[in-house]
Amino acid sequence: MSTISTVKKEVPVDAPRAELESAVVRFAGDSGDGMQLTGGQFTLATALAGNDLATFPDFPAEIRAPAGTTFGVSSFQINFGSHGIKTSGDSFDLLVAMNPAALKVELKGLKQSGIILADTGSFSDRNLRKAGYDGNPLEDGSLDAYRVIALDISQLTLDSVKEHGLSNKEALRCKNLWTLGFIYWMFGRKRKATTDWLETKFAKRPELAAANVAALNAGHAVAETSEILDGFQGFAIPQATISPGQYRAVTGAEAMAWGLTAGCQLAELQMVFCSYPITPASSVLHTLSTMAAFGVTTFQAEDEIAAACAAIGASYAGGMGITSSSGPGVALKGEALGLAISTELPLVVLNSQRAGPSTGMPTKTEQSDLYQSVYGRNADSPVCVLAARSPADCFDVGIEAVRIATKFMTPVIVLTDGYIGNAAEPWLIPDVAEMRKFPVNFEAETEDFHPFKRDPETLARSWAVPGVAGLEHRIGGIEKDYDSGHISYDPANHQKMTDARFAKIKGIADDTPPQKVDNGPEIGKMAIVGWGSSYGPISRAVDNLLAEGLEVSHIHIRNIWPLPKNLGGLLSGFDQVVVPEMNNGQMLTVLRSEYLVDAQGINKVTGQPFTIAELEEGVRARLGG
Amino acid sequence: MNVVAKPEALKPKDYASDQEVRWCPGCGDYAILRAVQKALADIGAKKEKTVFVSGIGCAARFPYYLSTYGFHTIHGRAPSIATGIKITNPELDVWIVSGDGDSLSIGGNHLLHLIRRNVDVQFLLFNNEIYGLTKGQYSPTSRAGTRSPSTPLGSVDKPISPVAFALGAGARFIARGIDSMQKKLPDVFARAHAHKGASFVEIYQNCIVYNDGVFSNFTEKDVVANRQIHLEHGKPMIFGAENQFGLRVADGKLALEVVSIGEDGITEDDIVVHDETDRIMAHMLAEMQGADRPVAIGVLYCDPMASYEEGMQGLQARAEKQAMTHDLNELLRRGHTWTVEDA
Repeated sequence: MSTISTVKKEVPVDAPRAELESAVVRFAGDSGDGMQLTGGQFTLATALAGNDLATFPDFPAEIRAPAGTTFGVSSFQINFGSHGIKTSGDSFDLLVAMNPAALKVELKGLKQSGIILADTGSFSDRNLRKAGYDGNPLEDGSLDAYRVIALDISQLTLDSVKEHGLSNKEALRCKNLWTLGFIYWMFGRKRKATTDWLETKFAKRPELAAANVAALNAGHAVAETSEILDGFQGFAIPQATISPGQYRAVTGAEAMAWGLTAGCQLAELQMVFCSYPITPASSVLHTLSTMAAFGVTTFQAEDEIAAACAAIGASYAGGMGITSSSGPGVALKGEALGLAISTELPLVVLNSQRAGPSTGMPTKTEQSDLYQSVYGRNADSPVCVLAARSPADCFDVGIEAVRIATKFMTPVIVLTDGYIGNAAEPWLIPDVAEMRKFPVNFEAETEDFHPFKRDPETLARSWAVPGVAGLEHRIGGIEKDYDSGHISYDPANHQKMTDARFAKIKGIADDTPPQKVDNGPEIGKMAIVGWGSSYGPISRAVDNLLAEGLEVSHIHIRNIWPLPKNLGGLLSGFDQVVVPEMNNGQMLTVLRSEYLVDAQGINKVTGQPFTIAELEEGVRARLGG
Repeated sequence: MNVVAKPEALKPKDYASDQEVRWCPGCGDYAILRAVQKALADIGAKKEKTVFVSGIGCAARFPYYLSTYGFHTIHGRAPSIATGIKITNPELDVWIVSGDGDSLSIGGNHLLHLIRRNVDVQFLLFNNEIYGLTKGQYSPTSRAGTRSPSTPLGSVDKPISPVAFALGAGARFIARGIDSMQKKLPDVFARAHAHKGASFVEIYQNCIVYNDGVFSNFTEKDVVANRQIHLEHGKPMIFGAENQFGLRVADGKLALEVVSIGEDGITEDDIVVHDETDRIMAHMLAEMQGADRPVAIGVLYCDPMASYEEGMQGLQARAEKQAMTHDLNELLRRGHTWTVEDA
């Protein structure tokens, strides 16, 4: 079922609400408290209210952590406001703590004098002990620096759904909706989208739908009618200026799956997506597994190597072979990647980066596979590397990866990360039918055919697919003769083939857009060069610093390899080049080595994205105060 | 009356490529190559529809010597690449050529899953019980005690039986041949080809340089008749120079034993009839190793079931039928969307 709502322009509200430019809310509770779902509904209501927004779910690594423990806390953060929202927010204005463990884990992220909404019903001695509290923080004065709304949400929920005849357990499950209703009032959100959703979701159990709607309304009514904080009349957040059109919320994993599918449709190829489950990359496999009707074949291989090899087999047979993993899995695919480079077959390798080395912190984010992508193979084996900068950007990068892979007959590595994959943002839905197609031309000419016949312009070899009489040929990982495609150990030929592979990849830069300056002057004091998912915080930090009157510019690189042709020249126009990265300085090394530029890094390897504040601080320090 | 000119049938030599064959003189691979070329001619294989995929090793050079499509890939991964080819274009006729190291050491996992999934390919395992291309180290099929450059005092690990491995992985077609049996080998390949699903064929192949004569205890001319049993579906399992031996299920055991026909009142009626579809029998035949029983040659087991590709195509058809839309644009607009109006 599709639901289309319309964002109405500026509905005046009578209540003297406090106007905020933006706000950050973090919903935190036990894994079973339904926080992701609550966050998702709040996101929708916020989008319908006309705010810009960004969200990030933060859930435990454990599949079913014991109830009430700190490692079982599941959180959802949303930043929304009237200006361009680029990140899910550094710290939050409102913390919803459904139990003591949630308070314990999340309190450090709450702003000074921020608001806590806590369910006292779950602050039992037992739960407090499980969370590691000696006393009850709601009562011992330790939260005096904050504004605390302590309500027995559990009991209030039970009261509100009494008439619907649910079991105690089922009734208590409605408390996230009660809380949501309460928060809706605080920010002046409408309930209709959520009640519609509940009625669809529980169409077969109308009593559950009715109870949840009752809980939602009760929470809303309590917030509206009681003096919840001294003089507090709720918040109002003006609408953002948003381009007109049809929107949806999209996660990076969804956008990547759809982008790759769109890319294959534009190339007029069957997609063969071969993967082995790994966090945080699996969600792309899950999305694509539902898309068989869109020309998508998915294959869950026995391991990472088999996944890469099956994708190569798919491309050999005339499909678009795609394989997906995270850093450790991509390491296993390395040899296969070499085969795709040597046989010059199109291949897309998606790497949802995570914190490492080794198993590292699978659910935490990092940008530390840049070396692996650009350099991480035996021998001289260049490939194309692209990086997506936001959830919605994954769609465009997915298309571009397929375009380059097929046009240049090369593997393309696409870098995203755990943050982009799970985070969501509003997306102006593109019209795929209007996009420029780039259909693949398989080799058809049998005269003078050999498999390494190259396009003089792109240097791509011809793609001859089994099934065509007269084009039978043999290829493999052994070096080929430049002029016949046969096995060759000739020294001069190996030099020529190595040079050809290198020149082909370098030539991709002639076919991709020049690097733009995202924000700030094109020549100036400091270029802040980012790539990948740090786009949000860098972008906001640079906005703020420019507003302060500091002379900084933001350059954000999508084409990691080959780098944009004009990038060296662009960087030479700045006194300083600063490279913030969630690694120990990998793009930094690449830029220093490529351009002999004295770039400096701002590096963070904690498994957490940059905050805007720490970037501003880092930049100020390098600007000399 | 219209006369339709029948296209000239291809001969074995038509399946040879223009590349010079570079195996050691006397290598068993030459004989297998000839047998494959003959089998391709016998079955009337279309060159353009045929793909030979290999990994790494002496055997892996095979695709270069055929005039079909060929893909010489990386060590142990031919099954994975072949699987990718088949799920993309199930119409292609895919053969995998591999050795004992390629398929049972570095690529053991992929072979297991190729068989388990029942991908419709022919898998030819050239077993010479040694690493040839890397100059003579012992392999996973080498017998315990094999002396090699990496095991100068003899190897400790016990060998794996390729056919028992394939059975364990769920193979629905298992056959065995010997490089030197030029007459019968093409027929074994033709049977493998006719079978829908993963067809597993082990070929004992003599490595003249590093393991010469390792199979001589059942391949030397003077012992062939008494040390090999050539299986035929529906026929009693009789062997020997004068058809004097037969196999029967040992009393109180689940194993085959050799009996002499005409002795102790044993007649041909006591001999077990080979039933290719009997999985337990296949296990017993696979287990026949060592000095007291003959080596089973021919089709040990053949009991087809739906191939992986058929399963995948079935899923695809179901998905297309169930799909509420086939239009990506429509999919992107499903679920909850909102429209921002012009200010």
